[in-house]
Amino acid sequence: MTALSVRNLAKTFTMHLRGGISLPVVENVTFEVSAGECVVLGGPSGAGKSSILKMVYGNYGVDRGAVMIAHGDAMVDLASADPRTVLTLRRDAIGYVSQFLRTVPRVSAIDVVAEPLVVRGVDKAEARGRAGELLARLNLPERLWELPPATFSGGEQQRVNIARGFITHHSVLLLDEPTASLDAANRAVVVGMIAQKKREGVAMLGIFHDEEVRATVADRIVDVTGFAPKVAA
Amino acid sequence: MSDEPLLKVSNLTKFYGSRLGCADVNFELYPGEVLAIVGESGSGKTTLLNTLSANLEPTSGEALYRMRDGSWRNIYELSEAERRFLTRTDWGFVHQNPADGLRMTVSAGANVGERLMAVGDRHYGCIRDTALDWLGRVEIATDRIDDQPRSFSGGMRQRLQIARNLVTGPRLVFMDEPTGGLDVSVQARLLDLLRQLVGELGLSAIVVTHDLAVARLLSHRMMVMKGGHVIEAGLTDRVLDDPREPYTQLLVSSILQV
Repeated sequence: MTALSVRNLAKTFTMHLRGGISLPVVENVTFEVSAGECVVLGGPSGAGKSSILKMVYGNYGVDRGAVMIAHGDAMVDLASADPRTVLTLRRDAIGYVSQFLRTVPRVSAIDVVAEPLVVRGVDKAEARGRAGELLARLNLPERLWELPPATFSGGEQQRVNIARGFITHHSVLLLDEPTASLDAANRAVVVGMIAQKKREGVAMLGIFHDEEVRATVADRIVDVTGFAPKVAA
Repeated sequence: MSDEPLLKVSNLTKFYGSRLGCADVNFELYPGEVLAIVGESGSGKTTLLNTLSANLEPTSGEALYRMRDGSWRNIYELSEAERRFLTRTDWGFVHQNPADGLRMTVSAGANVGERLMAVGDRHYGCIRDTALDWLGRVEIATDRIDDQPRSFSGGMRQRLQIARNLVTGPRLVFMDEPTGGLDVSVQARLLDLLRQLVGELGLSAIVVTHDLAVARLLSHRMMVMKGGHVIEAGLTDRVLDDPREPYTQLLVSSILQV
């Protein structure tokens, strides 16, 4: 079953502060991700992997094309959806583990992780319980749970971010280098969590620079260099 | 989120004589939604906020509000009494300067209780209990209930103004630079508090700010204003991560990184 279908996406940035120059990023981006499958975007830095992920999540607008996401019984185009529909899709259907945690002042790590469940109406104590389970699994020392993550190390912040992204059950999950600043033991934990999401039928689309991790989690690699814009002669 | 909007604004325009305040503003606001209006000084964002909150009459256009009984009313055609009821109960307005929204020479408890009395509460004990509860929720020590806000710090005054506004259970809150003029640690505390309260109470809010970090943290959607016009609008992280208009790109690129 197709959970995510990306069709003919094209994106060009226009830099108005740089004399209006155009920076074509990608064109004709087309691929599908099925339930229970992890597709990894491959290609060198600057090829547009992160841009594609951001278009799929709606952080970047698109110039052309569609991002079809399974929502209930229908496929909904996130690329052309109004803001409310995008927010609904993000609540119900598509999750995102960003590369960096955007910390909120004063909110403790465990509440940062529990928040996506609380927003969905889960009882606060239960949400915190599940957040604690995930943080424990990711080996975040319990003495840090009640502290705001702003002062955590990069690897600690990333584990908070991963726990926050994995705590909900979205049918599509985007992963932007979730293992970049983790040690080997914690990389292995994340690899195990990705395997579990696969068994639960989650469709994942990710970027992994670590070759070993990529080889383990990827069911398929989509080479982004194939979407490079053709330069007009 | 509900499927029916709370506020429908169409072609709202405000001229001061021949000088443009804001022009042709259109949007819908849904229950639970926070809309940020950003732009530089003089862009028309405060004029828009004051027009939306019925402090100013528009030159043309309308704003339809869904009343508690479900009926739709153009807020500029309400009777004075109806409008007063709306602004005292179903709406809140958080001013940048707390002195504009508080009565500085009556006690903190009375500042909160006064809004309750306006909706008909008469039992002094109940009013005081509710006021105490709200002081606690905005993190003001309850032994300050009989002190006047004159003796409060800027951050405390702003938190008291928020309590005064939220005590009547409004469905829509207007905020004009709610964290402006506060030092950064106080700002962070206030932002966290606002974010939490808006989420818990399911409020709709329209927040005017020139601080894009505030917009990112609080709002679902944003509108960028320049020269009285809305030049770009959309999902907050779309507008901030992928700004299209030259002016929005300038705004986003001007944020200082720490």
